[in-house]
Amino acid sequence: MSASSAFIDEKGGSASEPEYGHDPASGGIFSSDYKRHDDLKEMLDSNKDSLKLEAMKRIVAMIARGKNASDLFPAVVKNVACKNIEVKKLVYVYLVRYAEEQQDLALLSISTFQRGLKDPNQLIRASALRVLSSIRVTIIVPIMMLAIKEAASDMSPYVRKTAAHAIPKLHSLDPDQKDQLIEVIEKLLADKTTLVAGSVVMAFEEVCPDRIDLIHKNYRKLCNLLIDVEEWGQVVIINMLTRYARTQFLNPNINESLLEENSEKAFYASDDEEEEDKKDEVAPLAKRKPYVMDPDHRLLLRNTKPLLQSRNAAVVMAVAQLYFHLAPKAEVGIIAKALVRLMRSHSEVQYVVLQNVATMSIKRRGMFEPYLKSFYIRSTDPTQIKILKLEVLTNLANETNISTILREFQTYIKSMDKDFVAASIQAIGRCATNIGEVRDTCLNGLVQLLSNRDELVVAESVVVIKKLLQMQPEQHSDIIKHMAKLIDNIQVPMARASILWLIGEYCEHVPKIAPDVLRNMAKTFTNEEDIVKLQIINLAAKLYLTNSKQTKLLTQYVLNLAKYDQNYDIRDRARFIRQLIVPTDKSGALSKYAKKLFLALKPAPVLESTFKDRDHFQLGSLSHLLNAKAGGYQELPDWPESAPDPSVRNVEIPDWSKCTSRKDRKEKKAEKPFYSDSDGESGPTESADSESDSGSGSESASASDESGSGSESGEETESEEEEEDEEEEKKKKRKKHLDKTKAKKPVEESTESEQSSGSEERKRGRKAVKNQKSASESESESESSESGDESEDESEEESESDTDIRKKKTPVSKQPPKQSKKESKKETQEMSLLDLDDFEPAPASAPVTPVNFMSSSLVSDLEGLSLTDTILAPTTITPSGSIKMYELLHRITGEGLAVEYCFSRQPFSPDPNMVAVQIQFTNNTNSETKNLHIEEPRLQCGMRIREFAEIDVLSAGESVTVVMGIDFCDSTQAANFQLCTHTRKFFASIQPPVGELMTPVFLTENDFKKEQGKLMGMNEISEKLTLGEKCVNEHVIVERVTATANLSRVPCGSDKECRFAGKTVSSGCLVLVTVSTKEGGRAQLTVNCEKMLIGTMLVKDIMQALSQ
Amino acid sequence: MIHSLFLVNASGDIFLEKHWKSVVSRSVCDYFFEALERATEPENVPPVIPTPHHFLINVLRHRIYFVAVIQSEVPPLFVIEFLHRVVDTFQDYFGVCTEAAIKDNVVVVYELLEEMLDNGFPLATESNILKELIKPPTILRTVVNTITGSTNVGEQLPTGQLSVVPWRRTGVKYTNNEAYFDVVEEIDAIIDKSGSTITAEIQGVIDACVKLTGMPDLTLSFMNPRLLDDVSFHPCVRFKRWEAERILSFIPPDGNFRLLSYHVSSQNLVAIPVYVKHNISFREGSSQGRFELTLGPKQTMGKAVESVLVSSQLPRGVLNASLSPSQGTYTFDPVTKLLSWDVGKINPQKLPSLKGSVSLQTGASKPDENPTINIQFKIQQLAISGLKVNRLDMYGEKYKPFKGIKYMTKAGKFQVRT
Repeated sequence: MSASSAFIDEKGGSASEPEYGHDPASGGIFSSDYKRHDDLKEMLDSNKDSLKLEAMKRIVAMIARGKNASDLFPAVVKNVACKNIEVKKLVYVYLVRYAEEQQDLALLSISTFQRGLKDPNQLIRASALRVLSSIRVTIIVPIMMLAIKEAASDMSPYVRKTAAHAIPKLHSLDPDQKDQLIEVIEKLLADKTTLVAGSVVMAFEEVCPDRIDLIHKNYRKLCNLLIDVEEWGQVVIINMLTRYARTQFLNPNINESLLEENSEKAFYASDDEEEEDKKDEVAPLAKRKPYVMDPDHRLLLRNTKPLLQSRNAAVVMAVAQLYFHLAPKAEVGIIAKALVRLMRSHSEVQYVVLQNVATMSIKRRGMFEPYLKSFYIRSTDPTQIKILKLEVLTNLANETNISTILREFQTYIKSMDKDFVAASIQAIGRCATNIGEVRDTCLNGLVQLLSNRDELVVAESVVVIKKLLQMQPEQHSDIIKHMAKLIDNIQVPMARASILWLIGEYCEHVPKIAPDVLRNMAKTFTNEEDIVKLQIINLAAKLYLTNSKQTKLLTQYVLNLAKYDQNYDIRDRARFIRQLIVPTDKSGALSKYAKKLFLALKPAPVLESTFKDRDHFQLGSLSHLLNAKAGGYQELPDWPESAPDPSVRNVEIPDWSKCTSRKDRKEKKAEKPFYSDSDGESGPTESADSESDSGSGSESASASDESGSGSESGEETESEEEEEDEEEEKKKKRKKHLDKTKAKKPVEESTESEQSSGSEERKRGRKAVKNQKSASESESESESSESGDESEDESEEESESDTDIRKKKTPVSKQPPKQSKKESKKETQEMSLLDLDDFEPAPASAPVTPVNFMSSSLVSDLEGLSLTDTILAPTTITPSGSIKMYELLHRITGEGLAVEYCFSRQPFSPDPNMVAVQIQFTNNTNSETKNLHIEEPRLQCGMRIREFAEIDVLSAGESVTVVMGIDFCDSTQAANFQLCTHTRKFFASIQPPVGELMTPVFLTENDFKKEQGKLMGMNEISEKLTLGEKCVNEHVIVERVTATANLSRVPCGSDKECRFAGKTVSSGCLVLVTVSTKEGGRAQLTVNCEKMLIGTMLVKDIMQALSQ
Repeated sequence: MIHSLFLVNASGDIFLEKHWKSVVSRSVCDYFFEALERATEPENVPPVIPTPHHFLINVLRHRIYFVAVIQSEVPPLFVIEFLHRVVDTFQDYFGVCTEAAIKDNVVVVYELLEEMLDNGFPLATESNILKELIKPPTILRTVVNTITGSTNVGEQLPTGQLSVVPWRRTGVKYTNNEAYFDVVEEIDAIIDKSGSTITAEIQGVIDACVKLTGMPDLTLSFMNPRLLDDVSFHPCVRFKRWEAERILSFIPPDGNFRLLSYHVSSQNLVAIPVYVKHNISFREGSSQGRFELTLGPKQTMGKAVESVLVSSQLPRGVLNASLSPSQGTYTFDPVTKLLSWDVGKINPQKLPSLKGSVSLQTGASKPDENPTINIQFKIQQLAISGLKVNRLDMYGEKYKPFKGIKYMTKAGKFQVRT
């Protein structure tokens, strides 16, 4: 921290700083370091916002200058809840900067953000999430995870966008969260707003770029949204889609390779490019299977094209690279114009664009030829731009335009920028090697440059000439002679080395001069650079072999000098050469071949662009620019040999829903009479149901309630209908996120909701019947409905599902209207309930919960008892409405296999620390599904799964229900596993609501108070809330709380308070909940639990349940 | 994406740093300073510098280097474009983007940077939105703020961010409703020694200043839209409409913005409005050189050529220049060897000229390169390509706005080789 104190010193020295408070009290008088920020602290502690703001501004200024302000942390963090929005924002800035260093203190601010996350203002929710996710404190990872999940289903797209932004933050903080984050990403990918699209794809790219399967279903949507996404998002999406397309579509130029030459010619005459290309496409038709572009591939190309007109260079570049990598050759041309336009932009943009153009121009030369003149160099260009333009010009050179290009190059050679001149000379050399016609012209021009006054120019020319000469040395011995003379004047080592090499290599062409050069070089040997020395040795060796008479002594002299050189490379070389060429007694077998070794014909060097083959990197990427793989670079995959199944991108549901919605419309028509009819019908069925309940051992109270009067229940159903609709509406929304199945046509909205509810009900209906079967012998009515079930006709299920609705939904939707009616009309029943409440505290939660709850929990309890030895036998619970079904596998994704699960709230007998999960498989296909079992559970540490026994056969149209146990370790982390059939594997994941992680515990009022006393302070979470309109009385509250969490009611003297107790399944921590109602529908919710996280989450869930 | 941002001034001091993820030590900039030292000219610093653990991407604007620190793969243009957007925003807020302005407004700068990036990914870069989030500092507001204690920070989420028109703020009100459009064309050209045109092209932009109440929907049509070869639009322009009808249809952002930039198709011959006669020669052995320049108007469609400025980088061997201009003033910087001649308006009757001699270092050999002459000029009331706006209509609002269109031609990169 010495650096920090230095900063502080510096700060003290800065007079420009508007020092606050020069009065002695502010501490300004004591300039000792540790009191340095006392004035700031005092300002932060003051009551005035303006002082706080001033202090924060100064602190932020310190941060901006890189000075350490971390010792102010406690003083600043206190202001996190400040009302003034600007102070708040600056505190956020400070927090994000220093929280990592002061993790413990940073925790103090968390609750503020948690509160912020629930704020009705979307701006505050979003900013709370933003800051919460930005402070890199590992302890709060679970809170972050929770907040992200929550925000991902927020109403406001702005908050959802923030959630998407938070995903990579959390991932970088704790990579272990990856699996859960992927789920959130999957959910957000399905989002249909443009605001979210860019951010979530960004998160996808950072967290799970390899999960390309998540894109399938969203591919078309992304393509269609693209133009309306904000520009930064466009870049990310386009880059991702490029990779995606490379894995999913066929190479559109697949037939091109056969006709490479043809097309090459076509590109020279760029104007008829397309025409020629058509020919290209036509020609191979006979030979190969015709290529047909996937419509999705076409969609991508079509929808990205307008973006070439974007003002944002990054977007244009992204589209350009997409076309380069994905488009048929004939269409790639359109990007050239846009790229050339970008060269008008800032020089940094030019730099990057030129790099990419250089790469493209090697592969698709024709594309840029019309724009040749746009690459002409101006004297005002920065050197790096000039050199890149030169590169492009060289790549574009061909027989037709070489003369203009060379004329241009000639002016470049006269430039004042010597680096650029050197590059121009190299460019000329490259043109000369590539285009035979101009080789001699170039060579002559370069030789003229040898008399240039600038040494750099000469040196560069020598190097280039050397390369050119190597191609046809015979005709140019005069040039070699000329260059031999230059050796006296040129000092640049590379050039000297080149000349020496040339003379040595072609010493036969200059037999007289060569020994003389060697003589001169021997004189200066000791002063030469290493590369020159090596070439002197080379020259000596070659001369020795060809002209040993004249040069024997010289060679030995040179070798002797080299023997004592400081550089070991040179010493090694000397030793090696001496052995090889000087004949001794025991000279090895190689010396015979010395001449062949040294004077072998060497192939002329190929002058290649440094940009050749750079296109194996995705263009426009950092890796491409650096020509090296940067961290996090995603390889651009090769085209697949054969296209993967294109149907994965089908969003199947539209068709499906279309047909069903049509059916639905019919159904809807049918439904009206069906509902009104049900008035008469419902009475008996309902009683049948209740009888079955009573059969399984519940009190007669339920029977009396339900079978009370036919007319009454008719009324009930009507009120229920509304409720159901609402409920279903909600469910549907949730479902929509799960599988983006529903086509979003507002007109169909209503029919759809009913349809989805219908299907759900049907499923339940089926189960209901089963349950009845298993639970008790059912009455004749239920038998008839059973037969309906077996016939498997959906329309025939109507009546049954209808009964079901009532059976199940009544408790699920817990309608207060119903309650109120009950209250007003049926005092007797009310009484009985109250009675139970008072007198029967024994069997856990049963008495306090309304009838259906009671029945369910009782039934399950009893069943749990009776079935301990055969756990996997249908420990099915009665289809009581308190049980919410969750979807594990949709029938579309599961290819006909639909899987749903629920938390049955029974003790899982093989292992009491596990939560029982009841899973129902339905086979909607026409064939049998075999060997249903679970594989490869991927669990968070500590979590365990007790799998159900394999289901051997599930015949078509059948359903089967099993129970498995999961120990969630008291966390809401999902349990992931694979659901396997004999043919397929499906990824599945079960995530428990927090309320299912506990079991009821019976406590007396005193016990409750005692336990509560132990769980105060940090373990107590208390929130105020306003009860929803329908929460009119205690019963509704009880009902809702117990529906949310598996708790039992604790008897209590006060009627203003409801108390509940439970313990977590895994660790057995007590969970105590108190709801005390106040005037005007307000209430206070208190949760005491040792596990804070569980507590927080439970509070939230209960709040939601109660305020609805 | 973008980890951190460092602002470095011309003398190589870091005067501002901002981190969006974990703090990156400012010592990472040492690699940048190395590159800076190696570069002969300030603009020769490579825009992307790899270091062992990071990549530095920098842009140079207003003699300030904006150095972004990147840790993993990201399209370099993405970062560069963003950095330029940052500079534009600063300019928009503070009028100028200088070290002093940034230091004076460091808190606003910080608030802006905070809004513009989240976790290194751009969040709000649209000026209209930013201005609603963070009010630009004005003298009046500063005074008001100090008195009333109110703040620069907006309290509401800008509605634009959520609406379908994210570039326009809502609730705009003006007493005078006006919409001005400037059609500005630039000629880029390279003229040969002999006076023939090697390459010439016209690039144009339409800058708009729209101050209209409510949510106006504008359409702008051209007399000759075929001239426009390559266009790029502000996001507000409806692309489909342009494709189909060659009409610009848009809901404008509030205030100043660039509606369109275009390139005039290269098939059209470009009129070159000025010519230069030059005679620059150095004799072998002599320490003197001759220098003569004469400018004259060519194809100007009868309009005056104004604000002419000639500059030329003379060879390194030149010691000094003693010249006499027939009009305007000239300066020669013996250190950078930059000659610049402020000509002013070209009078076709009396052509401006600059004649005299330049002295060379004694004993130095004759420079073998010839200087290039860069020319700047302006022509008012003329779009050199001939582009003309046909009409501007407004829909969606009832009032009658005041409309104005101005044309101008400028020299872009206009060079004469000698």
